Amino acid sequence: MSRAALLVLADGRFPAGGHAHSGGAEAAVRAGRITGAASLEDFCRGRLHTTGLVSASLAAAAALGADPVTLDAAADARTPSSALRAVARRLGRQLMRAARATWPSGELDSLAREFPKGAHQPVVLGLVARAAGLGAQDAAYCAAYESVSGPATAVVRLLSLDPFDASAVLARLAPELDLVADRAGEAARRVPSDGIEALPAVSAPLLEITAEDHATWPVRLFAS
Amino acid sequence: MKSRVDGVTTGVRATARIVARDDGRGGTSLPVLAGEGPLALRRTRATGDEARVMLVGAMSGPLGGDHLTVEADVGGGALLHVGSAAATLALPGQAKGEARYDVRLEVAAGGELRWLPEQLISARGSELYVSSRIDLARGARLVYREEQVLGRAGEEPGRLTSRLTVRLAGRPLLDQETACGPGAPGGWDGPAVLAGHRALGQLLVVRPEFTEFPAGARMLGERAALTPLAGPAVLVTAVAPDALRLRRVLDEALAAVL
Repeated sequence: MSRAALLVLADGRFPAGGHAHSGGAEAAVRAGRITGAASLEDFCRGRLHTTGLVSASLAAAAALGADPVTLDAAADARTPSSALRAVARRLGRQLMRAARATWPSGELDSLAREFPKGAHQPVVLGLVARAAGLGAQDAAYCAAYESVSGPATAVVRLLSLDPFDASAVLARLAPELDLVADRAGEAARRVPSDGIEALPAVSAPLLEITAEDHATWPVRLFAS
Repeated sequence: MKSRVDGVTTGVRATARIVARDDGRGGTSLPVLAGEGPLALRRTRATGDEARVMLVGAMSGPLGGDHLTVEADVGGGALLHVGSAAATLALPGQAKGEARYDVRLEVAAGGELRWLPEQLISARGSELYVSSRIDLARGARLVYREEQVLGRAGEEPGRLTSRLTVRLAGRPLLDQETACGPGAPGGWDGPAVLAGHRALGQLLVVRPEFTEFPAGARMLGERAALTPLAGPAVLVTAVAPDALRLRRVLDEALAAVL
């Protein structure tokens, strides 16, 4: 398969439902913690090195063929917020639906049977990368990029931020994306020898806390 | 204890160990209560069926290069409460490299551990890696609090990395790491992670009854949330401007949950 499959999978227009989520940015905007491009960058950088790294590692491990049920339990343990676990499973289910139509695969079929309500999105993403003929590093890049592209796009809508500024934020984060994707790939390759705890578990306390609050807002622009 | 190899100070290595067992008369006995070096243990007045142990820091630390370990093993029918006499202060040391603090806790079915130590304070220039591993049997009960304070009043923090891994019946229940201070990955003090808050804490309550009666998620003020985990447990995650306000939130949560 071709590397271009990565572009299809990472494209924001791939119909996997990600556009409805701000990755915690909506709550941060409301709290006055994101007010422009500089604070958006700081937000994205923090998200990248915490949930971004964790997601990228899970995706890379799934792409390498680690047991998805074990990975899903590891994702649960790394996602204390019940609101964020629900979001991760919903996004996993939506990605599964789009991916099975795009890259039909027996592994995706069996994961869908195992988790009818959806597995954690990064685990699905890793298996989708496998189905698309991509490697662990590709899966890690995809997850790491999603961890920052979602908030950046959302803040364009939430703050009427100039889209050029949002893209510049993502471009400035590119070297750190490389770093995170590398770390994720290394951690995933250690799973067969060191077990599932080789995967990073870095958390972002404010994302966990504000997700529970955001889930109760009666009116909001984004689902999370 | 402190050792000197080829003229290089290597720091303190010390292990404290507590074993709690059902004494067969409705109380808890402590067949092992062994401190070492800077980790001294005192049995204090107990109430009801619990045994109460106080971790007393005989010197300040951990310092750079130190490796301290605290272990507790709680058997079925035993109830152990562990506190500490004062906050733990991570300081830079003469020895090279980071300090390590390992916590290893095990609770058997029908046993209960209440692990409620004082704060861990990361002082300027210190480098500490904390690894806490908790292994629970199905039917074990746990109340576990940890609080991290970044710097003494008005002080820049040191580098503090802390990973908490909790397993229930061999399966992961909670796995969380925080990394703060100079040299931590970018954005640690930004709007997604701490946003300038200087105290962060977690309160974990594991109880078999949550299987049948799961708790609902709720906010505890603006900076703390209680959430059910994917298992018979709830976790309170809180950030605060300082240690005092953090403790207030966690105390309220503890009172509400217990």
